[in-house]
Amino acid sequence: MAALYEGYTLCGLVPDQNLSSSGIQGIEEERDRDHVVVTDSTRSVTLYKVSDQKPLGSWTVKQGQKLTCPAVFNSQTNEYVAVTDNKVIRIWKEDDILLDKAFKATVSSDVWKVHCTHGGEPVVLFQRGAVRLLDSLLAAPQQPIEEVLAQEEAIRWSTIIVAETQQFIIITTEQKGEHFLYLQRLNPNSVQRYRLEREEPGLSPLSFSATYRDKHICLLYLYPNGHVYQSVLSVRGLGTEEGVQALPLPRSLLLGLPVGDGQLEAASAMALDEAHVAVVGVPHPSAGGGKDFLCIWNTNFQTLQAGKEMAGKIYGQLWSYSNKVFIPHGKTLSIIPFECPKSSLASALGKLKHTKTEESKTPNSVPSWNNILHGEKAQPSKSAETRRTVSWISVFANCEFVIVHTLTAPVEEIQKEVEGFLTRAEFQDLQPSVGQLALTLVSRSLADPAFYSSSTLAQLVHTRCLCHSVCPDLVLLALEKKDYFLCQLCLQFFPDIPEAVTCACLKAFISPTSSVVNDRQTRAEDVKKKASAPSQLSCPVGLHKAVLINEILQTPYSDTFLLPHLKDLSSQHVMLFLQYLQFLYLKYSQDAFPQMEGFRSPSLSQIMDWVCLLLDAHFTVLVMTPEAKGLLLNLHRFVKSQVRLVSELGKIEGSLQELRKMKAKESIGQYSIEIIELF
Amino acid sequence: MGEFKVHRVRFFDYMPSAIRTMAFNSQTERLAVARADGAVEIFNFNDNFFQEKVIPGQDGRATEALCWVGHRLFSAGLNGEITEYDLENLRPQYTVDAYGGPIWTISSNSQGTQLAVGCEDGTVKIFAILEERIQFQRNLNRHKGRIISLCWHPSSAQIAAGMTDMIKIFDAETGHATRRLLVDRAMGASKNKEVVVWSVGYLSDHTIISGDSAGKVQIWNGLTGTLVRTYLVTKWDVLSLVINASQDESSVIAGTSEGTVIQFQFISSTVDQHDKEWVRTRTFRNHSHDVSALAHTDTAVVSGGMDTQLVVRPLLDKVEKNTQESALRKIAFPHRSLVGCAKKAGLLLFQFPDRLELWKLGESEGHVCLMYPYFVCRFLQGEDHICCSALSACGGWLAYSTVSSVRLYRIQYNNTISINKVSKLPKELRSVHQLCFSSDSSKLFASSCQSSVIVVAVSQQECRYLHTLKHKTGEWKARMHLLCASDDGKWLATANTDCEIHIYNLHKMKLHCMVPVYNSCPTTIAIHPVTNNLISVHADQQIFEFSLVQKEYTQWSRRLQAQGLLSLWLERDTPITHITFNPKNPDHIILHDTYMFCIIDQSLPFPELNAVLWNQMTLKSLPVSQRIGQSHAFKICKSFQHLMCVSLLEDLSLVVVERPLLDIMSQLPAPVRQKKFAT
Repeated sequence: MAALYEGYTLCGLVPDQNLSSSGIQGIEEERDRDHVVVTDSTRSVTLYKVSDQKPLGSWTVKQGQKLTCPAVFNSQTNEYVAVTDNKVIRIWKEDDILLDKAFKATVSSDVWKVHCTHGGEPVVLFQRGAVRLLDSLLAAPQQPIEEVLAQEEAIRWSTIIVAETQQFIIITTEQKGEHFLYLQRLNPNSVQRYRLEREEPGLSPLSFSATYRDKHICLLYLYPNGHVYQSVLSVRGLGTEEGVQALPLPRSLLLGLPVGDGQLEAASAMALDEAHVAVVGVPHPSAGGGKDFLCIWNTNFQTLQAGKEMAGKIYGQLWSYSNKVFIPHGKTLSIIPFECPKSSLASALGKLKHTKTEESKTPNSVPSWNNILHGEKAQPSKSAETRRTVSWISVFANCEFVIVHTLTAPVEEIQKEVEGFLTRAEFQDLQPSVGQLALTLVSRSLADPAFYSSSTLAQLVHTRCLCHSVCPDLVLLALEKKDYFLCQLCLQFFPDIPEAVTCACLKAFISPTSSVVNDRQTRAEDVKKKASAPSQLSCPVGLHKAVLINEILQTPYSDTFLLPHLKDLSSQHVMLFLQYLQFLYLKYSQDAFPQMEGFRSPSLSQIMDWVCLLLDAHFTVLVMTPEAKGLLLNLHRFVKSQVRLVSELGKIEGSLQELRKMKAKESIGQYSIEIIELF
Repeated sequence: MGEFKVHRVRFFDYMPSAIRTMAFNSQTERLAVARADGAVEIFNFNDNFFQEKVIPGQDGRATEALCWVGHRLFSAGLNGEITEYDLENLRPQYTVDAYGGPIWTISSNSQGTQLAVGCEDGTVKIFAILEERIQFQRNLNRHKGRIISLCWHPSSAQIAAGMTDMIKIFDAETGHATRRLLVDRAMGASKNKEVVVWSVGYLSDHTIISGDSAGKVQIWNGLTGTLVRTYLVTKWDVLSLVINASQDESSVIAGTSEGTVIQFQFISSTVDQHDKEWVRTRTFRNHSHDVSALAHTDTAVVSGGMDTQLVVRPLLDKVEKNTQESALRKIAFPHRSLVGCAKKAGLLLFQFPDRLELWKLGESEGHVCLMYPYFVCRFLQGEDHICCSALSACGGWLAYSTVSSVRLYRIQYNNTISINKVSKLPKELRSVHQLCFSSDSSKLFASSCQSSVIVVAVSQQECRYLHTLKHKTGEWKARMHLLCASDDGKWLATANTDCEIHIYNLHKMKLHCMVPVYNSCPTTIAIHPVTNNLISVHADQQIFEFSLVQKEYTQWSRRLQAQGLLSLWLERDTPITHITFNPKNPDHIILHDTYMFCIIDQSLPFPELNAVLWNQMTLKSLPVSQRIGQSHAFKICKSFQHLMCVSLLEDLSLVVVERPLLDIMSQLPAPVRQKKFAT
């Protein structure tokens, strides 16, 4: 499964005043994988050594001049090539200190970009679409440059690709809302023009990325509506005649990215390998509307493989060299190493064991108890990045040491110890040791009422190596200590909480005496419901309670075991709970509640099941309680409407099935005329 | 190869007739099969189960039993007559009335001197078999109740006769009944229903085996008249029973109404014991309906019944495993073409036993059908069934023949269709086996008795006898079953069931040459319109090309024989029944069997012995440039199944006439009710 690792900063940025562009024009690979040339949008070119995160050299053009294309490195001659003020080509070596003294040549037409592949000769692409090899251009700089593009046609993006031994320049252009693609072959020169299929009117591609594999050029492009298309261009069948006629370019939808509300503005998609696409500036599907994420998607299985929140504004720029993503965001240029192993269905579905560490990081987007109560600060540090250095045996030795330590050490020290241990150990090795650790911690807390290490326990639960049967006292301990955040985590991650404990949690959450209800002022603006809550619908419990109860609604249970425990609830609690369930039900049924993806909220059927269970357990009591009358009548109405819905669906069922049968019959006729092809 | 427009025709509602009875001649390895419509078919088991002869049926001739005596074939039916067939001219040679009411069964003694028939009036009549006819000898003692089944003792001294509720053993010399074996009725509700002994077998050790309507197979001791063993094999009837009399009489098979065939073997039940007994061993379930006909060859069980299919099921202990010999064979369609196609006019002629149907094909523009096919006319035949038919290429002439007469029609397509029967036919055209028009529709060829071909000129004014083509005067020869005239009108090729192919020069009206005799019967022949080579395909799936000019096999044919055909081709179990050529590309030969059609491209190399024969899918997936290297001469298309005809019209569109087996199955009467799980 693809993974994004902890990134690091290459350099700071000087973005525009209005933050519209990152201030970086381009990043090009230099002599090897560890060196890059960064061209900023105004005057300077800087050479960095990536692993050391430090600049090795920098060149600046004079005040008043402006770099108009990213500098490239010609590895044949070890020279840098850049263009200033559209027309002046400058060439210099690493030893040259002053750019003004370096070689320059003025050409007769505006240059769009200089492209250069590693080991290849630089190619100059003019704004009007003409292409020249640098050497032949410099032989006669003032040579006339022909116009390839039509009037009002302008280049939007270009790149160079080496296919076997052949170099190709790919250019995309826009003309009156139409988008075209030129595939320009060099040596011998030939060009083919393609027309991109129109997306919804007014949408033009946000980003392009081209890769060469299996003798085909794969072009990947992203539209503001989140659609990522792929077009495959054959390198072989390129017509030799000048491509006057624009061929339609067939495309296939690779991904439909969630865009949240509105359309994407600054976003970019880039193919990492045949199955993975890096996307920046697109919302994380389980994190609401924020667009400042870098994600890796698997296109074969349409699954999100890894995601990382990038602090600050995203500019929609993205480069990738040798398993590193270069991404400018906010005021920094970050480098994020990634890994895209060969994808398998098992890994895509998360069935492979070691994938879980990555997934556990999504709670970021879950409205967690701590976030609400204490803000970010108590969030367990996300240092679970795996660094594979410690061998298996040393994990155990380590674990023994930590366990011995936990018996005596103070809370802070234990926390540090455990944190360190978790970062060192590999996931597979964690299972037994985490259980032992949790067990010792819980038993010590039970024995010593003064000792309680909430954050450490939360961290251990976060590893997802724990379950209730490993550490049976943990949930009750958390309840006792009123550590509701830990309770929530346990309810979320433990697959095997017994019904008795679930009920105990429910009782604790719902009772008005519970101390969490101290901030009743938040009740009106419930995060989950505020969007469309009509005035007559008010949530009977506070936000925090609601979050916790929702968690309970989603825990697995079996009703035979749950029923006796439910009977222990007092009638007030039952009333309140039912009111809350009714509220949820109305919410769902009224505005076809958009099941926010990744948002942990109970499903309609879960809510109905709980209503049924509660009514089963307390029906006689409720019937006798006068204040429950209205509630019961309401619930009765729901049932009626459900019955009506089902019966209507039943009516349609027959005709739908008929429709299906009709289709099958169609294929067999007495006579038909067909076209077959033999090879 | 290219694209073909295909007229996919499924409106030929050909319905084969149920198999009533069969008889196997182990000396000549011929199987005679009688169908419910009175037709008798002869299959050659030595030649890939090729259906070499079909004697057309007749209304009212309900053949109930068949019997081989040496090379002579006798049948008896419910019309009370005994018929001997003329197997050369494919018609009844003579019939003899037995004067005993409907005849249920017929059986000859092992010497082949006497024929016993069982009649409705309760008599067993003995006929002496003479050289050219049969003669009534005497009646055995008459008893009340009809004689349903008969079997001679191998010594010819006794006859066992199955009747209702009993089996009687007669002394063939005296005519007295010596034993009476009472057969139990079925248990339960049908106790009052008399039991019919449908079939009886008499072994040389005087064991009698019977199958009856109560679902029992019973083994009796014929000397003492005692019941030895009863096997209840079905809830319904045991309809047929046959002993492998040509071998050691150690195996008996019984067919039931449920569609099963059950084998009993005379073996010792444990390994070390020497006393053998009859043990039920195998059950074959290859039919959906009654198995009313059975034959036991040395290596296989042959069964047929209501579901019209002939099934040859090899006994796996008698044949080598995993060879073509051990494969199950179902013969569902006749081994000759029942569809005529007028290539120029786009007409199809469907031949049914009792009528002909003429259809006009539709027209289309690409996939869009402009005109649907329509029914032109129907020719109803009277009592005698049709044995062959022909339609001229222009569609203007239609001829068909029964065993006794030939009819010729002139069809004119002006605004209306006018059909005129040609009333005056030359007297030579009386009994023909095969009809064929010359390609310019000016001549009609008819294969007649004594291996001669009659040439008749047909024109608007008259129908005039021209010539009789004979290859050897005065010698009695097998009949011609295939006729084929060349496009230029110079050649006529004929093939007979003795595997001989003769070529006549029509300009000189004499024999041109004879193709070297191959040991398998030709299933179809055709003369190439351009090269005038004769293509012949044989029952063992071999293909030959013979040059008429050079009077020798062509290079292509020699190369094909030298390299050999792929085993997948040779193992197909339906014969090629039709050959056409592509007028556009003389290299293409189009031929078809029931499950595929194949275009042989003579310009391409033959497949290597390890190559894939059905390689269309592979070729489709390959890029165009690599196809040439992979493709071989056999272009096989299996998209159309159960083909009755594949032909190429003049406009180069293919006509494919399908008769899906499922459609035939759906027209069969309901099978006997069987208790299935939960029904």
